Amino acid sequence: MRGSDGNVREAYQKLESWLSDMPVDELERRHAAAELAFRRLGITFAVYGEEDADEKIIPFDVIPRIVTNDEFAGIEEGVVQRIEALNQFLTDIYGPREILKAGIIPPELVLANPQFQPVMTRIKPPGGIYSHISGIDMVRTKDGFFVLEDNLRTPSGVAYMLENREAMLRLFPSLFQDHRVRPVETYIDHLQDMMREVAPSGIRGEPLGVVLTPGAFNSAYYEHSFLADRLGIELVEGTDLFAEDRFIYMRTTEGPQRVDVIYRRIDDDFLDPLAFRPDSILGVAGLMDAYEAGNVTVVNAPGTGVADDKAIYSYVPEIVRFYSGKDATLDNVETWRCREPDALKYTLDNLHELVVKRVDASGGYGMLIGPQATKAELEEFRARLRDDPEGYIAQPTLSLSTCPTVSGKNVCERHVDLRAFAVSSPEETRVVPGGLTRVALKEGSLVVNSSQGGGTKDSWVLA
Amino acid sequence: MLSRTARSLFWLGRHVERADFIARLMEAAYRFEALPQPDPNSGWRSAVASSGTGGLFDEYGIVANRDTVTHFLSLDADNPSSIRSCLDKARFDARVVRTALTRETFETLNQSWIELQSRIRHVDRPIDIQMLIERVKQEVRNFEGAIWRTLVRSENFWFIRLGVVIERADNTARLLDVKYHTLLPEGEDVGGALDQAQWTAVLRSVSAVTAYRHIYRQNLKPWLIADLLLLKEEIPRSLCHCMDVASEYLHDLRAQHSRVGPADRLARRMSDKLKTTTIEEVYDSGLHQFLQDFISENNRLSNEIAEQFSF
Repeated sequence: MRGSDGNVREAYQKLESWLSDMPVDELERRHAAAELAFRRLGITFAVYGEEDADEKIIPFDVIPRIVTNDEFAGIEEGVVQRIEALNQFLTDIYGPREILKAGIIPPELVLANPQFQPVMTRIKPPGGIYSHISGIDMVRTKDGFFVLEDNLRTPSGVAYMLENREAMLRLFPSLFQDHRVRPVETYIDHLQDMMREVAPSGIRGEPLGVVLTPGAFNSAYYEHSFLADRLGIELVEGTDLFAEDRFIYMRTTEGPQRVDVIYRRIDDDFLDPLAFRPDSILGVAGLMDAYEAGNVTVVNAPGTGVADDKAIYSYVPEIVRFYSGKDATLDNVETWRCREPDALKYTLDNLHELVVKRVDASGGYGMLIGPQATKAELEEFRARLRDDPEGYIAQPTLSLSTCPTVSGKNVCERHVDLRAFAVSSPEETRVVPGGLTRVALKEGSLVVNSSQGGGTKDSWVLA
Repeated sequence: MLSRTARSLFWLGRHVERADFIARLMEAAYRFEALPQPDPNSGWRSAVASSGTGGLFDEYGIVANRDTVTHFLSLDADNPSSIRSCLDKARFDARVVRTALTRETFETLNQSWIELQSRIRHVDRPIDIQMLIERVKQEVRNFEGAIWRTLVRSENFWFIRLGVVIERADNTARLLDVKYHTLLPEGEDVGGALDQAQWTAVLRSVSAVTAYRHIYRQNLKPWLIADLLLLKEEIPRSLCHCMDVASEYLHDLRAQHSRVGPADRLARRMSDKLKTTTIEEVYDSGLHQFLQDFISENNRLSNEIAEQFSF
């Protein structure tokens, strides 16, 4: 909320005076009302590996996070540039592999990557779009926004973005009169347009889209059903679909119905037991065959995950330069690839100041935060890094921006990040003016993942 | 509509209705218990029998009394027909098909489930079963209200309601069957003051005491009670009413699908039969036999519906 000079930034001034006029118990009361409403509506998620874990709600903080229109214009430009480059990268590595021939990226990082799907070398997704739906995680420092992570495999969180806005409109309608907040509801229109634009060619009438979910036990099930509902399409499980003559059909009360576009929320490995893991019961046998025949479109394309891998992430600025000929306008957080000897040495020497992440993990699992780690933890990571340097990257501990957040009876500054959502079709890549702000609820904590006790805020882009 | 969605809606309707029935059975058992009688546990035994889970209860090898039966019927997670199991399953199905429900409908069901969960979790606080019964009845009314008031009259609505009426008919038939031996043919008296009081309790548990008085304007007569709950179309729990509306919903579905299937024909036949049968004919063939036949036909109807809509 405050600039580096300690003064309240201009965009936050009205909010700050509203906050100081608001009695804390009133804020607390509305906060409780919002959480109760979320629970009643079943806006819940599950954390894997916790006993009694189903049915948690992500804590919602009622104080919004503000992004100015200028800041957002920068984000938008950078995100579009990044996603377009990543789509070109995917087209390239499943095709001519120019970028590998040019020596920009070590080939084994791509070709031996578990997310690389050889079957995709035979399949060209419509319009060269692999990542239709992308979530780009960013943090803001005194120098502006930096990308922390790309999420191109069925990124989640849009339901929270939309529901948080709904909640805020109900709780504090007057705040919206004082601020001109750009609507986020356009996301659904973008999604709908995209699904129409990537449908297989030669369909008579409107293409039929579905959302494919692993089922009600999945941690993000609420979001799956929310999206299907808003899109006005069926939420299907693998058993609802079947393949026949290289087409995909769903079982309905009126008999089989042909499906043209599948927005899948299940991982590559489980999509089709004939093409990937044979023991998968979540997917549809014959789906990849129908996809290869061009009779159905899968969103996002299988094999997209190779482009959002943490090992590839550090090369994204080079990827952008390679395909667009321009520098990335939205830079990465400085990253040391421990696979490179110099970087490994730097990391080992400065471990107590760095954040170290496994390249194949997500959700805040398996990471080390140097400044907060004990001696023993540092030693343990030192050993792991020497053992398997290729498995890790390191980043500086950033002084992240903070945002006022309700904490018990007080309002305190807490660290935040921002996930921007973009939808890409052959026509264009559209970024929603807003996003999901995740907030670390513990004092000083830098980890915002919901699986690690983070919360969310409504994110406002001012017109 | 996805066949799986249709199945979930149908079973959502059945489980909510069953939760209500189990609550009412327990309510009746409490009333039986309060009557002066030689065996205070007989009411609890018949409650278990009426719930259709007598076999499972027998496997437990425990005495049926207030404590064992109330637990078995309300909170026992191993009893597939306990209130807890019914709400669990209904809520699971509601989550599966939440896009087919209105916010109000889902919220009501989710709310009752959350409430029951929190009661179960606070093990240190004993659960007030009578209060639980009241709450369940109330929540089921809220759920039905939400359906009637907010759901579009389309497949979603019809599949839920089909589940409700088929379950309801099954429940009514079971309730009567357990007491069939006291429902004597015309001309014979109910077995004394106790039976009279028990039947009042049964009728009250299905909210039909006043209806009985209005329709027949006389004392409780066993064959009239049977007439009321089997053949009176205007009684919302009667078999006749349930089959009539089941056939109507199937007709609505057919109008949408332009397909006549075996379920349509069976529902129509069952409904027509109940409309033309007299209570004398029922007694001639034997009430117990009549009810057993109905329960198995109703079961068949449920299967035919699943078959016809491929779930």
